[in-house]
Amino acid sequence: MNKKQGMQSVVFANPPIITSTANIVGPMEGEGLLQGYFDYIMPDNLNGLASWEQCESYLMEYAIKKAVAKENSEMEDIDCVFAGDLLNQLMSTHFAMKNLKRPFLGLYGACSTMVEGMLLSAILLDGGFFNKIVAAASSHHDAAERQYRFPNELGVQRPPGAQWTVTGSGAVVVSKLGNGPRITTATIGKVVDYGIKDPNAMGPAMAPAAVDTIWQHLQDTERVPTYYDMIFTGDLGSVGRDLVIQLLQEKGVDISANYQDCGCMIYSEEQDAHAGASGCASSAIVLCGFIYKRLMTSKLKKILFLGTGSLHSTTSYQQKESIPCIAHAVSIEM
Amino acid sequence: MHISDLGGQNKKRLNYKIAQHRTYNLKKGDNMTNEINKKQEQTQEKMQQLEYQNKVDNITPKPPLFKNICWAFVVGGLICILGQLIADYFEGLGLSKKDASAYATAILVFLGSFFTGLGLYDDLGKRAGAGSIVPITGFANSIVAPAMEFKREGYVFGVGAKMFVIAGPVLVYGMVTAFIIGLIYWIRQ
Amino acid sequence: MVFVVGGGLCVIGQLLMDLTALTPAHVLVLFVVLGGVLSGLGLYQPLVDIAGAGATVPLLGFGHALVTGTIEDINNFGFLGIFSGALKATATGIMAAVVFGFFMAVLFNPKGKGG
Repeated sequence: MNKKQGMQSVVFANPPIITSTANIVGPMEGEGLLQGYFDYIMPDNLNGLASWEQCESYLMEYAIKKAVAKENSEMEDIDCVFAGDLLNQLMSTHFAMKNLKRPFLGLYGACSTMVEGMLLSAILLDGGFFNKIVAAASSHHDAAERQYRFPNELGVQRPPGAQWTVTGSGAVVVSKLGNGPRITTATIGKVVDYGIKDPNAMGPAMAPAAVDTIWQHLQDTERVPTYYDMIFTGDLGSVGRDLVIQLLQEKGVDISANYQDCGCMIYSEEQDAHAGASGCASSAIVLCGFIYKRLMTSKLKKILFLGTGSLHSTTSYQQKESIPCIAHAVSIEM
Repeated sequence: MHISDLGGQNKKRLNYKIAQHRTYNLKKGDNMTNEINKKQEQTQEKMQQLEYQNKVDNITPKPPLFKNICWAFVVGGLICILGQLIADYFEGLGLSKKDASAYATAILVFLGSFFTGLGLYDDLGKRAGAGSIVPITGFANSIVAPAMEFKREGYVFGVGAKMFVIAGPVLVYGMVTAFIIGLIYWIRQ
Repeated sequence: MVFVVGGGLCVIGQLLMDLTALTPAHVLVLFVVLGGVLSGLGLYQPLVDIAGAGATVPLLGFGHALVTGTIEDINNFGFLGIFSGALKATATGIMAAVVFGFFMAVLFNPKGKGG
């Protein structure tokens, strides 16, 4: 049976189940809007480790172990792990996976990594290859900042459209059997580039990719936006969110009533994060805490969840290239 | 071989050449239309990008210019006054203007480095912007910040090398400027 | 005057950062070059005479010092001055920046911003 539907989507015959999630964040995220939806809040951004990069490895290791422990499984029950982060050559992920000793496939989708991992997990589970897969993603503000922009102690001003990279990690256990919300469809995104070059404008760079994938998903599945209780994007921030609504309106689709961006849900105004959150962990920590709890308590029943990634590097930026972006989507239904 | 055969062969050759020429021209034409299409696509893409950039510019919040300027003016001015006070003090001790100014520079550089080490200079920079970047203390900040942060990469490739990621270009272009102006001055002398 | 000129130069830097795509690193480089060129045209010394530290403390003053040092050495030693003057005049600042920078980096650890 062909499970592909439309141009870029798959519909699962035996929708896999998200049986468990876990997340961990830094102190700033812990003081934000989603207090009470985190499994662990670190006292500082090093957590007693020697470097920010080591701390990020710890974040991911913690999230994966916690997610597995929460559904009373052992690490040995996990058939495969899909994970990734923002640092060069997936540094944090690889050191976390060294300790976890499970079969592992590294993913780089920048901030779309979480959804990329989830949709691959769902495909392999629906295909009958595995029984239990973990998908995880992490980011660390200071580690990312010094790789992508300036040293942290440099006295620079961030423009008001800039976003704040989240320190944290989220992991989901996706299983063939069990209780929980199901991943019913997935839409794989294309690389979209509208020529934005400013690395401080992540939201505007990624918005067209999100629009492309949302539009394609609705076409492929022949659904209307109101089919979903909520549509979430990963880390577009307030500027990117407004652009998504505007661009979709131009295509004749109105999602303003049931759309929110995870990047706008983490920090409060007073935290001076400017246009909101970004980073792999932005979508991961919101999904693995707040959204999952809402699904489990049936306050949300059907959601479309998008990971949005900007695929630039420091080299591409310095060579004045524009920012290629991607967005993947999964629909999760209770 | 009969003469008429030769003619036939020549004819064949001629026909072949004509055919070749035609396909060549056709291909050339194709290439031209392809190129035109490509150019049209490119300009369309550029238009689309420009249009989108405009949308983004309209929606992106602007920096609070007036507030930023006030902060930059006051903080920048105060740092300069501090420099002047130090220079005046050393002049009062009987040093020449030049030496006093050198002391002031060294002390400002020390203060910039020290407050960067304490993790306070970036907090100032967040508000003051250019007010704390443009004075010589900002130059010191640009040296200490990366040096400190890349200590984990070791003392040679970390501290030693990264120290100059921002200060390096400043020195390079400063020296090149001095060289060019010196050269012009020497030639005109 | 020190305050007004020093603050004013910083405001120019702020305008460059806010209204153009220039990063702080670009502004620093631009200011050093600008200071050097203005000094070469004989326009910066009057500003130093009026404003003192208001003109020497901003990074334009560093460019000015590089160029005046070069010209002074050319006057004293001829052609060789093109190569010797700039660093001689700014040696204190550069030595201080590198040495203090090194010791601060050894002494302190970065705090990061998430905490």
